[in-house]
Amino acid sequence: MSKKRARLTKPTAQHRDPGLEEVMTGTTVFNVPFPADLSTLKGMSPLVIRFPYSVEYLHSYGQDSPFFAGLANRKLLGTRCGPCQYTYATPRLHCPACGRETDWTELPQQGRVHTFTTCYYGSEEFLKETPFHLILVEFDGVDTLLLARLIGVSGPEEIRIEMKVKAKFRRNSQLKTTDVYFVPA
Amino acid sequence: MVSGGVSKFAKARPDATFQKMVKEAFDHALGDVPRLKTDRIDGSVASYFSDHFTRQLMAGIMATDYLGLCPKPNKRIEGGGATGGLCFQAAWESVASGRMNCCVAFGFETMSRVQTWKGNEFIALASDVNFDYPVGGFYSGYYAMMVNRHIHEFGTTLEQMAMVSVKNHGNACFNPYAQKRKRITVQDVRNAEMVAYPLTLLDICVMSDGAAVCILADEETAFQLTDRPVRITGVGTGTDMMRMADRPRGKVILAPNEKESDYRNLTYPGVHSFRAGRSAALQAYRMAGITDPLREIDFVELHDAYTSSEIQTYEDLALCRYGGGGRFIEEGHPFLPRIDYGMKLKKKGTIPVNPSGGLIACGHPVGATGLMQAVFAFWQIQGTIGRHFGSGELQLKKAERGLIHSHAGTGTYVTVSILERGW
Ligand SMILES: [Zn+2]
Repeated sequence: MSKKRARLTKPTAQHRDPGLEEVMTGTTVFNVPFPADLSTLKGMSPLVIRFPYSVEYLHSYGQDSPFFAGLANRKLLGTRCGPCQYTYATPRLHCPACGRETDWTELPQQGRVHTFTTCYYGSEEFLKETPFHLILVEFDGVDTLLLARLIGVSGPEEIRIEMKVKAKFRRNSQLKTTDVYFVPA
Repeated sequence: MVSGGVSKFAKARPDATFQKMVKEAFDHALGDVPRLKTDRIDGSVASYFSDHFTRQLMAGIMATDYLGLCPKPNKRIEGGGATGGLCFQAAWESVASGRMNCCVAFGFETMSRVQTWKGNEFIALASDVNFDYPVGGFYSGYYAMMVNRHIHEFGTTLEQMAMVSVKNHGNACFNPYAQKRKRITVQDVRNAEMVAYPLTLLDICVMSDGAAVCILADEETAFQLTDRPVRITGVGTGTDMMRMADRPRGKVILAPNEKESDYRNLTYPGVHSFRAGRSAALQAYRMAGITDPLREIDFVELHDAYTSSEIQTYEDLALCRYGGGGRFIEEGHPFLPRIDYGMKLKKKGTIPVNPSGGLIACGHPVGATGLMQAVFAFWQIQGTIGRHFGSGELQLKKAERGLIHSHAGTGTYVTVSILERGW
């Protein structure tokens, strides 16, 4: 910009250069070093910034909603395909074998451990709950399994496959599948 | 397949964006086929698993434009841990259908962008978020449940599982691209920190940043580009229900070398076996004309996210009977004949499995993993391991036909592809 033109556009009290207002929000570093010699830039260490991210969903359980309503009422529901004579412990409204719609049915509240583990680490959301015990529960007369927490044991040495377990329900429902959990029967 | 390239897999690559890592692998692959100019490439396929890791939607096109492959066709392929294997097959489909003469499959993942336990959460979101994830979503936990049932059904031992880790870490000592290169013992594996009983830290693969590229072409183009192309003679893809809880308990899908009487009292797949893996293998075997995989395949690069899943996969691939996976490793069959693992093995080297070190030692940057396996298998068959790894310890004497296996979820998507010497 020439000196002459610069003089012409000199800001006045009423008319200033447009620009963002300087604020401290989001500023984490001041005086970022920068070399005079641009050919050294490829050796610069990478800049890593924090970037938090959170979302609130309106998550619908859709056709599976009765299962969660059941848990809130101390009922364990599965679904049954009459024609296939096949009962799903984890509910599905349509039978993948024949494509027909299934019917809701109450599951027994006693079952057996099909398999298990104890988690000493976990996803961030569950880290504070470690160690916790996961089991797949099998029920008499039911063809598929249900994933649940096992409470009331202290380690994997106290869990064995085939061991009998019974369902318990949270008094204050969170409308999550963890509203039901199992304890040794 | 005419060429392949990989970036070194590392715990973190803050020095590069995903586009730059893909570019490294792409240039690595192009460097091996100087006759291939980018104007001969008809299009590309992108492989990456989670949008959460990049916090970038449509990352595929950003890599495509970085590589200079616009305005040619590109699309993204995604299927959890099997993303790379699915992408490899998508590139094969592009060429086999006649749509393209030359197609690039590229894959990447940038897992270091979040803390490890957040990363585990992202991975666990690849399980049913209504019924599985809220209970304590954690893939190591899911695999631990599956192997506990495998142990119950078949008597598989924790020491047999640990041997897988010893083998794969041992192999990786000679693979400069591997993330973890160290000699360990069965005791080291069992003494390592428990993650999900019975899986310890050394039974489980690690998260990585990395990229891999495979370049596929039709036969005529291939021979114009290289004297040693590798032919893809079989592809198979299997699926299974997302929730382990829903898996049926029926009959084994028999491989050509099995009979019904082998499995009188076994319900299948239950949660102890991967029906998708068996299904993928049988499709690929049929296409490649393989009836006795143990004898007709020279080596295998399989998806060993867990030591347990490597054992389960020996069985799915019919390298041994269902239930025989533990004994298969104990006897030494999947070890490399010439590597010293510090243990006595009776039948070492029948069919080397994961000569590269597998996911357990190389790392598992999800979208790159399946393509990395293809690159390592390609170099094995070409006989160029020595040149690429800087030493020939891992080069197999007979490597004319290899199998690559990519695996997602708790066995929800599995791909098997057969690669053979094509010259
Ligand atoms: Zn039905």
